[in-house]
Amino acid sequence: MAKAFDGPVVRLKNVVKTYDDDGLKVTALDGISFEIPSGHFAMIVGPSGSGKTTLLNLIGCIDTASSGTIEVAGQNVAKLRDNAITDFRAKNVAFIFQNFNLFPVLSAYENVEYPLLLIGMKPAERRARTMAMLKSVGLADFARHRPNQLSGGQKQRVAIARALVKHPEIVLADEPTANLDSHTGLQIIELMHQVQREQQVSFIFSSHDPQLISHAEEIFAIRDGKLVEHKIGEGQ
Amino acid sequence: MTLFKIAFRNILRNFRRSLMTASAIAVGTIALVLFGEYLSFVMVGLETGAVLSNGHLTVFKKGYFDFGSGNPAAYSIADYQSDIALIKNDPVLKPMLNVVTPTVSLFGIAGNFAIDTSKTFFGFGVVASDRNKMRHWDEYQLRFSRNFGPLGISDDDANHGVIGVGMARILGLCAPLKVANCPAPPKPKQEVVADAPPAPNVPGLSAGDRAAADATKTDLAPRIDLLGATAGGAPNVVSFFVNGVSRQGIKELDDSYVGMNIKLAQELLYGRGEHKAVSIQVQLKRSEDMEAARARLATLFAHHHLDLEIHDFKDMSPQYNQIVNYLSAVFSFIAVIIAVIVLFTIVNTMSMSVMERIDEIGTARAMGVRRGGIRLQFMVEGWMLGAIGATLGIVLASLLAIWFNNMGITYTPPGQSAPVPLLLRTHGVGGLLFTVWLVLMLIATVAAIVPAGKAAKMKVVDALRHV
Repeated sequence: MAKAFDGPVVRLKNVVKTYDDDGLKVTALDGISFEIPSGHFAMIVGPSGSGKTTLLNLIGCIDTASSGTIEVAGQNVAKLRDNAITDFRAKNVAFIFQNFNLFPVLSAYENVEYPLLLIGMKPAERRARTMAMLKSVGLADFARHRPNQLSGGQKQRVAIARALVKHPEIVLADEPTANLDSHTGLQIIELMHQVQREQQVSFIFSSHDPQLISHAEEIFAIRDGKLVEHKIGEGQ
Repeated sequence: MTLFKIAFRNILRNFRRSLMTASAIAVGTIALVLFGEYLSFVMVGLETGAVLSNGHLTVFKKGYFDFGSGNPAAYSIADYQSDIALIKNDPVLKPMLNVVTPTVSLFGIAGNFAIDTSKTFFGFGVVASDRNKMRHWDEYQLRFSRNFGPLGISDDDANHGVIGVGMARILGLCAPLKVANCPAPPKPKQEVVADAPPAPNVPGLSAGDRAAADATKTDLAPRIDLLGATAGGAPNVVSFFVNGVSRQGIKELDDSYVGMNIKLAQELLYGRGEHKAVSIQVQLKRSEDMEAARARLATLFAHHHLDLEIHDFKDMSPQYNQIVNYLSAVFSFIAVIIAVIVLFTIVNTMSMSVMERIDEIGTARAMGVRRGGIRLQFMVEGWMLGAIGATLGIVLASLLAIWFNNMGITYTPPGQSAPVPLLLRTHGVGGLLFTVWLVLMLIATVAAIVPAGKAAKMKVVDALRHV
C-alpha cells in the first residue's frame, strides 16, 4: 500500500533534550540531526541510557525537545498545541511497546479496532479493516480473546496489528522483542518487516537485539545522547 | 459506545472494590429514600390531619383571621347559606369540591356544677353530616378514619356533643363517660350522674337551654353547662349533654375542646339574633387543586362583592409549616452528610483506579486520545458506579419499604390524638426516588472530576514509563 507522503518521514535538526533531575540538568540528547526516508525500516541502537527511548518519544510526538527542530511526516510538531499534536498522533504515528500495552478490558479485536475509533472511521470499514489486520498477523481465530488469554508473541502480534491498522506514516517500536524469547522475537521482527513492506510504512525501532540488526535498512547508533554512527543495513 | 463499554468493563475488572463502592452509594441511597419516604408519610399525615379538621380552605369575613376572635359577632359571615350555595354551584369549583360547610367557633366557660368545677372552653360548632363526610377524606390512603370513633354530634340533636379528654378529666366526667386512662378529680364533691340537677337559673337562659334542661331527666348523657357571651355581651347559658370524648392532639386544646352542633354554637354566640357562621370550610377532593380553588374563590368573591378572605390549611395550622420546615432541614442535613460520604468514596475509588491504570492512560494518550477523552473516560466510570449504586439502592429501598410497611408498627404523629400505622410512603414518591437517584449519580460523577483531571494531566512519557 503506497503512502501519500513522499519526503523524509522524520527530519531532526540539532535536537537537544535536557531533563531537570532534582535541580541537576541532565542532557539526554545532544544535538541529534538525521533524516529517515519514508517507507524505511530503521533501527536505533545504543547502550542502555544512551537516549534511544527519548529519541523515539520525540519522534513519536509524546515528548517535546528542549531545542532543535523535529519534523514528522512533513509537520513541524513543535508548533502544534496539545490537541492538535494528539490528533496528529492519532492519524500518523503508531507505537509498539516492549510490554505490549494492550488494553486488558478489550478483546484482541477491540484492541485493534481502537485506533480506528479514534480517527472516526465508519463501522463497516472499521470492521473489515480490523478483521483483515488480525488475519494478516495470524490471529483471526483469537479475535475474541482478551490479552490475558494470549501468549506473549500473540500479544505482540495484536500490538502490531493495532499499530498498523490505521495505516500510519510511522510506526515506533521501543525494544519490541525484549519480552519475547529469541524464536518468537525473530518471528515478530519478520512479521513487522513483512507488513512494513506491504504497507510501505516507515518503521523505527530501538533494540539491543543483534538478530534485529540484519533486518534494518538504516541503523543509527547513539551514545551519551549523540549520534555516533549512521549506516545502511543489510535488510534493504 | 466504546466509552461506556470500557467504563463498564473497568468497573467489573476490580469487582470487589466496585462492589464496595456501589454498596456505599446504595446504602446512602437507601438511607435517603427510606428517610424521605418516612418524612413524606409524616407530611401527608400532617396534611391529612389538617384537612380532616379544617378542610383545605377556610373562608372568613375579612379581618376575622387577625382580629375576629376578640369580636366574633362583628366578623361573622351573615348570609353564609347563600355564600355556600354560591361556592357549591360554581361550575369551576364544583368538580373540585368534597365538602363545603359552615362552622362557628367560640370561647366560654363550661361548668359541671354538680362538683362545682368549671373550665374555659373552646367551642366548635359544626354540621355533623358534613363533618362526618370530611372525616373520610383520605387522598393518601392513610386510613386515619379507621381510628375515629363516632363523631358524637348529630344534625338532629342540637344539645348533644363531645368534649376533649382533658376537659372531661377536669370536669370530672371520665367515669360517667367511661374514658380509659383518665383519672377522676382527687376529692370530688359529688359524682356526676345522668339525672343531674337542672342548670342554675341564670338570667338570659336561652330557649334551647330550657328545652335541653327539660330533657335532662330522660337523657343518659352527662350534662354540663356552657356559659358564653352573646354578640351584645350578655351572658348566655345552655345545657350541653356529653355523648363522649374526642381526643385532641394538643393538650391545651384537649383540655378545653367542646364539639357541638352548629345550632347550639350559634345560639350561644348570637343568642336570639341572626345566626351567622364564623367560617366556611371548603374541603377539596384533591390537595393539588387547592391553589386553583383558592384563586377561583377569590375571583368569585370579588365578582359578587363579598367581603371575604380565604386561608389554606397551612395558614390555619402554623405548626404544619414549622414541622415541614424542620423535617426538611433534617432531611437536608442527612442528605449533605451522605453526599459527602459518597463523594469521598468515589474520589477514593477513582483515584485508585487512576493509579492502577497509569500505563493504560499513557498508551491511550500516545495512540491519540485527547486529555478530554481521558477525563471523560474516568468521569463516565464515576457516573456508572453512581448509577449502579443508586439504582441498587432504589431497588433495595423499595423492597425494604414494602417489608417495613407490612410489619404493622404504629405511632402517634404530630397533631394526631391516636396511634396510626407507621408507614413509609411508597406511592406518589416517584419524584423523591428520581431526585435521590439523580443527585447521587451526579455526585458520583462530580467526585470523579478530580481523579479524572489528574489522569488527563499526566505527561504521556511519564505515564508510559510507569510500571
